[in-house]
Amino acid sequence: MNDVLDVALRLVAVFVCFLVLPLVVGQTEHKVMAHMQGRLGPMYAGGFHGWAQLVADGVKFAQKEDVVPENADRRIFQLAPAVALLPYLLVLLAIPIGPSEGAVGQVVDAGVFFVLAVMGVGVLGSLMAGWASANKFSLLGGLRTAAQLLAYELPMLLAAASVAMAAGTVSLPGILNAFAWWWVPWQIVGALVFFTAGLAELQRPPFDMPVADSEIIFGAYTEYTGLRFALFLLAEYAGIVVLCGLTTVLFLGGWHGPFGGDGLGWVWTLLKTAVLAFVVIWLRVSYPRLREDQLQKLAWTTLVPLALAQIALTGIVKVAIQ
Amino acid sequence: MREPTVVAADAADYFQTYSVVGVLAVVGVLFVAVAFSANRLLRPVVPTPEKLLTYECGVDPVGEGWAHTQVRYYVYAFLYVIFAVDSIFLFPWATVFAAPGYGATTLVEMFVFLGFLAVGLLYAYKKGVLAWT
Repeated sequence: MNDVLDVALRLVAVFVCFLVLPLVVGQTEHKVMAHMQGRLGPMYAGGFHGWAQLVADGVKFAQKEDVVPENADRRIFQLAPAVALLPYLLVLLAIPIGPSEGAVGQVVDAGVFFVLAVMGVGVLGSLMAGWASANKFSLLGGLRTAAQLLAYELPMLLAAASVAMAAGTVSLPGILNAFAWWWVPWQIVGALVFFTAGLAELQRPPFDMPVADSEIIFGAYTEYTGLRFALFLLAEYAGIVVLCGLTTVLFLGGWHGPFGGDGLGWVWTLLKTAVLAFVVIWLRVSYPRLREDQLQKLAWTTLVPLALAQIALTGIVKVAIQ
Repeated sequence: MREPTVVAADAADYFQTYSVVGVLAVVGVLFVAVAFSANRLLRPVVPTPEKLLTYECGVDPVGEGWAHTQVRYYVYAFLYVIFAVDSIFLFPWATVFAAPGYGATTLVEMFVFLGFLAVGLLYAYKKGVLAWT
């Protein structure tokens, strides 16, 4: 009975994180973007600096009319947002935030492998949306999404493999247990490749060609409105949380910190994740969008070779210190 | 040769792990279902022909949504499949390559493997398939 309660508590915790953290990132994006652009951002909802803006948005989305275009492939069109969103919930389960057994939703032995495989499913949602909308722009957006995933999944996989080699395990808590501070400079190239590729998979600027508003309106999400649109947005921000959390765990030592010991491990994890999320927002404000061919070129001619070089470096150093 | 009891315990752990993942997936599906049902109760339904029309820049759409497009990505898709299948094999190998008794041999193997990938990539580059035409 205790086991059941334990698992239930963990699932509730993961689920709450899944609902709250993306909203925090979203609100931060509102405010940080605004201040970087010399604006104030939301100021009224909730009273204090517009903290409840996204809650208000949620209320609005929930009571908005749900329009499915007449020519659309109805079922697929309606299911797509759920397919885009749920993989990130499953990934959150496997990310450890502290050193003890209790600080992870569920230890998944296949760790890195599981996480990357499940994250890859999310893109199906965009592809379904693009295909089912019966809209030329949506179709183009969906195809661009797919092409982007094809290009950037590979460097991401290779960079993650480099960490697995360094740790000698694919389990996420196992990787953190093996971590030492000098891994950061050792794996820095892999970290940059992983983070960049992750940004591209989330279609965040400067890699937002699939939703380029000036060319294809809003890509695969053009025909969406109301709650289904909100779920796609939630998926994007949940994706930011997951990507930053994974980068933290794989490359920045997760709960390891210069001081604070084991008890404050989760603070370090959250802090590093928050800093990375800030960087994601910062990049959105400061970089122009890459053109579609530049996107593909960057992945195949820069990130893949860099990731391969990182694997070679990891192999040599690892064998040398054995 | 491992003890049968150890193997059984491993298997139990394995199933427990993925049943928790499965339960979370069910929770997620429930969340979406509840959200959509609540949405159904809260939202107005006032369809008009204009509203149900496909949105393409505000002018009436011409032809079908599934239009002909030039798929420039298929070469990338081929490349991806080849490379991704290769790199999947890195993960099981990564967990054992530095274990005692492997060392230098596996390192050489790794360079052979990376060499194959690099030559493949270089070939694709020389063929010009990585550049937009």
